[in-house]
Amino acid sequence: MSDQTEAVVDTVPAAARQVSENVVLQLDKIHTFYGAIEALKGISVDVHQGEIVTLIGANGAGKSTTLKTISGLLHPKSGEIRLLGEVISEMKVHEVTAKGIIQVPEGRRIFPRMTVEENLEMGAFLRSKDVEGVKSSMAQAYDLFPRLKERRMQKGGTLSGGEQQMLAMARGLMAAPKLLMLDEPSMGLAPVIVELIFETIKTLNAQGITILLVEQNAAMALQIADRGYVLETGSVVLTGPGRDLLHNEQVRKTYLGES
Amino acid sequence: MALDTLMQQMVNGITLGGMYALIALGYTLVYGIMLMINFAHSEMFMAGAYVGLFTLTGLTNPKLVGSGTVAFLTKNGIGLVLLFTIVFLIAGVAIGLLGVIIERTAYRPLRNAPRLAPLISAIGVSIFLQNAVLLWVDSKALPFPQVFPIVNIKIFGNASISTLQIFILVSVVLILIVLDTFVSKTRIGKAMRATSQDRDAAGLMGVNINTVIALAFFIGPALGAVAGIFNGMYYGTVNWNMGFLPGIKSFTAAVIGGIGNLRGAMLGGFVLGIIESLAAGFLATGYKDVVAFVILILVLIFRPGGLLGESVVEKV
Ligand SMILES: Nc1ncnc2c1ncn2[C@@H]1O[C@H](COP(=O)(O)OP(=O)(O)OP(=O)(O)O)[C@@H](O)[C@H]1O
Ligand SMILES: [Mg+2]
Repeated sequence: MSDQTEAVVDTVPAAARQVSENVVLQLDKIHTFYGAIEALKGISVDVHQGEIVTLIGANGAGKSTTLKTISGLLHPKSGEIRLLGEVISEMKVHEVTAKGIIQVPEGRRIFPRMTVEENLEMGAFLRSKDVEGVKSSMAQAYDLFPRLKERRMQKGGTLSGGEQQMLAMARGLMAAPKLLMLDEPSMGLAPVIVELIFETIKTLNAQGITILLVEQNAAMALQIADRGYVLETGSVVLTGPGRDLLHNEQVRKTYLGES
Repeated sequence: MALDTLMQQMVNGITLGGMYALIALGYTLVYGIMLMINFAHSEMFMAGAYVGLFTLTGLTNPKLVGSGTVAFLTKNGIGLVLLFTIVFLIAGVAIGLLGVIIERTAYRPLRNAPRLAPLISAIGVSIFLQNAVLLWVDSKALPFPQVFPIVNIKIFGNASISTLQIFILVSVVLILIVLDTFVSKTRIGKAMRATSQDRDAAGLMGVNINTVIALAFFIGPALGAVAGIFNGMYYGTVNWNMGFLPGIKSFTAAVIGGIGNLRGAMLGGFVLGIIESLAAGFLATGYKDVVAFVILILVLIFRPGGLLGESVVEKV
């Protein structure tokens, strides 16, 4: 199915432009390697303006690798990544960030010896000229996660796991992202907090932020996603609207723990 | 009498420690960001002393700058402050740029190589710079001119502090305050800290890692150069292998304080300088190097992360 779309892109540029009109991000046959290990074997993924798209798959399927390849932490050996038509797959990580693609990495990755507030400031690193905007983003972040406000002056490394996840997400929001990529934001969190995180994702999306979500919690992810991609050992094996995938027998068996 | 010695050795130790602190910062800055020990750093100290010496000699040479200028620069307080500001700036910038060039040419190509490779490259750079001085400058020690009169001021019994020591101490403290403020308060300083705590995450924030690395390789060597000039003034000479011992000592100081930790490097420098001087005063001069390394071993046994080394935060 995705191969067909690509054929259109290759041969009929005019039509392609129409197709990609609201395509924000386009991964085109991406191959990414770790040394000799091929972690992504020709993945094609489209993300449209305003969507929530989710990537699901077992451990080691290549979900994080996909996000890292988009954000420029890794570079594909072949294939192209385009942001609004512009090729970004050769860019360095800070250049991709400057384009408004913000990755909240797996495992929180907050700065442990900086305070909560300094972590948030780092999130807004590229917005130094927009003093007012940063201020209001900071207020929003504290509104969203009042817990962080209480712990403003505490070192990031001393926060609990859940608080660190909130901080990682809030830090990502400080960049005023156009496309927010979340890598397992619910990992290791209590159900209440997971609810909060998913609510937040929906709210952000309603505010116009396009979301690319990687989740272990496939059921919840597919419920809020417009579309989903199922990854298996570096390849896309299934794609479709979130609801369809949720009711797909294969998905139910493999990822939703049903027999 | 013992109290006099104690006071005197404290004064000497703090002066020496200030120089160690400046050099140690260079090791710790680079280590914090690159996880690499820049073995060529001691040569930044040495080269800085030479650049400082030549700048100072040039600026106090009537044939080059005119006798009026020389008189102005050396005969009153304002002139002296100006003179040394220029000398430190020129040496600091020159050696800072040297550091950046070394990173570009000798370390960056090896960034993804096994960790031993840049270490060997650093040793190569060190040998190269020593030989460059041997070849192009002199194999013999050069005297460092004394520009302002050194007066000893009695502070306690027979213990005294010299105007040169005061000069070094005030300068060091100023530099340390500026650096500390820079790193903890400014945007780019915070980016440096973030990079040293999690390089990939800093990149995801939009920090250009290469800029941060270049900055670390500018600031560290610049501080080393300033320390080299102090060292030249304090001991009155410079020579091609003057970097060796202070280099090892300052590296020790950085480890004592907790390598990668800036305040740790400052503290480690002073601690080492003071302990060394006390050992020289109360045991025998010959003990001072031994004592330095005994302290290192003790710290590594009882506080492997260094005095200010924070316990490694658990990352899930
Ligand atoms: N730094 C690395 N070096 C070598 N191989 C790696 C590296 N990182 C990941 N891999 C391999 O690449 C494959 C994809 O890993 P990736 O982290 O993308 O999986 P994932 O889908 O995010 O899994 P999880 O759900 O466990 O986070 C795995 O087989 C993994 O072992
Ligand atoms: Mg992953």
